[in-house]
Amino acid sequence: MASHVHAAPSRRRRSEGLRALAWLSPWLAGFAIFFAYPLASTVYFSFHRYDLFTLEFAGLDNYRYLLRDERVWLSARNTLWLVVFMVPAQVVFALALAQLVTRLKAGVGLFRTVFYLPSLVPMVAGTVAFVFLMNPATGPWNQLLALAGVSGPDWFGDPAWAKPSLTLLAMWGVGNLMVIFLAALLDVPKQLYEAAALDGAGPWRQFRSVTLPMISPVLMFSAITGVIYALQYFTQAMIASRVASGATDSPGSSFVPGYPDGALLTLPQHLFHAGFRDWSMGYASVLALLLFATSMVFTLILLRQFRRAEELA
Amino acid sequence: MTLTVTRGARGTHAVRPPASTNARARRRLAFVATHAVAIALALMFLAPLVFVALTALMTDEQALTSRLWPDSWNWSNFAEVFAKSDMLGWTLNTFLYAGLGTLFTLVSSVPVAYALARFRFRGRRPAFLLVITMMMLPPQVVAVPVYILWARFDLTGTLWPLILPMLLGDAFSIFLLRQFLITIPREYTEAARVDGCGDFKTLVRVILPMARPGIAAVALFQFFYCWNDYYGPLLYAQTNEHAWTLSLGLASFKAFHSVQWNLTMAATLLVTAPVIIVFFLAQRVFIEGVTLTGVKG
Repeated sequence: MASHVHAAPSRRRRSEGLRALAWLSPWLAGFAIFFAYPLASTVYFSFHRYDLFTLEFAGLDNYRYLLRDERVWLSARNTLWLVVFMVPAQVVFALALAQLVTRLKAGVGLFRTVFYLPSLVPMVAGTVAFVFLMNPATGPWNQLLALAGVSGPDWFGDPAWAKPSLTLLAMWGVGNLMVIFLAALLDVPKQLYEAAALDGAGPWRQFRSVTLPMISPVLMFSAITGVIYALQYFTQAMIASRVASGATDSPGSSFVPGYPDGALLTLPQHLFHAGFRDWSMGYASVLALLLFATSMVFTLILLRQFRRAEELA
Repeated sequence: MTLTVTRGARGTHAVRPPASTNARARRRLAFVATHAVAIALALMFLAPLVFVALTALMTDEQALTSRLWPDSWNWSNFAEVFAKSDMLGWTLNTFLYAGLGTLFTLVSSVPVAYALARFRFRGRRPAFLLVITMMMLPPQVVAVPVYILWARFDLTGTLWPLILPMLLGDAFSIFLLRQFLITIPREYTEAARVDGCGDFKTLVRVILPMARPGIAAVALFQFFYCWNDYYGPLLYAQTNEHAWTLSLGLASFKAFHSVQWNLTMAATLLVTAPVIIVFFLAQRVFIEGVTLTGVKG
């Protein structure tokens, strides 16, 4: 009798496993067709020269070229800039906005909506708009600066200012992050602040000793995902380069991503150009594996963070 | 001003040490300061959209000058965008991509999320971690072989390479749906099982009605994702202008109408407006959904 009772759940569990497999199978098929198999063929192509017509073995040539390719180092430096400046700027600004919203007494909903709204603007539209707003000749931004007696730079046309310009765009669209932080801030128990205030802690001390520790898991998540998105940075840089330089991008056109002067080149753009404009599929595969490796490192950090957060909960 | 005076007068009646009036003054100052900062920031957040709108209504000559306020309001610019470009075709293609993409994603992702949230099996945790990993990896990682695959089926130059894979589930949607479904108490599904419902019946009769707010949110996110997607259409549809989406059209707009910032800004507004409108319409749906779950939970 007892053994029967024990057997039932385990058999049910096994059948549940089979049923789960059935329910998961479409996605598992998608994983195999659109990820696992292509990843394996990417490794295969990385040892070949391939332009969609002729395929020939190239040994380690593509990998050797990777080490000599200056544009890889250029995009690595640009990405590092984004990780060091753009990601922290977004996180800090979003947190400051969220803090501000929690302190508001009037019009909370209105302010929250206004701060959130720009993050809904489609990436292409937002970037085109900023290239216009910040164009040096007639852009409203430089005219407003001129009123304040500052002569603004050629934002998207100047290699020194192109990445800061995109950082401003990123800060404008920080609404999503703000909403996430806002939810985290509202989750902090009020009693903790009251206790800290009784102990004589001022606002800054309360922020450091109560707020920061309480929301650190959320901050950590957003920092890591921010880094992963920085590694994938593509659309805004591509659009800014194209609109600011006035070039079209189509196969056969002379547009090379990164304008001005490679300042906006990132690895995904370099990969896209090598693979689908120059049709060097073998070399593009090497770049793809490089992108995979770097993304994977930060994804694993994210997964570890996820496990830790679940253990705490 | 009157408000402050009344408050001050009321304060004198209460027996309070002078420190508290001091504290109240400080609080009032903080109130003014935080709201002033908020108003300044709100203006900065709105300014880009305002300038885009103002420029969209200028004549093309004025858009090239430094005068920021339109001399005349040219509402016909919006019509001109449709006349001078294939805006209509781009819009239809975008609706095809976003509409079918969202439909396919929901149909394929809900069952997967259901299995991840409700079934107990070995490999449930690795499967979930795999979903997160797929969500974080950029599409460029496997772009080369996947492109070759679609080229073999002669589907490059169309949007189908972006739409069809959504029939096999989308990692981000599965993740979000799973997070929503695990909040539905197990008692409901157990009760359905006791009543003799199979897995499918439980999903349709119990899970789907309760998960409506979550499904609505995922549908909205997916629709916005497709609407905004630039990389996907650029990879597959750039070579065929008949398959262009709004993202592709807008990205090339300036190059084809190089001196006409006014039309470019009008097109920018036209691409942005639907998203903003949908947001304001759906905001209420969301709040209702959240309230509903609150009552039931």
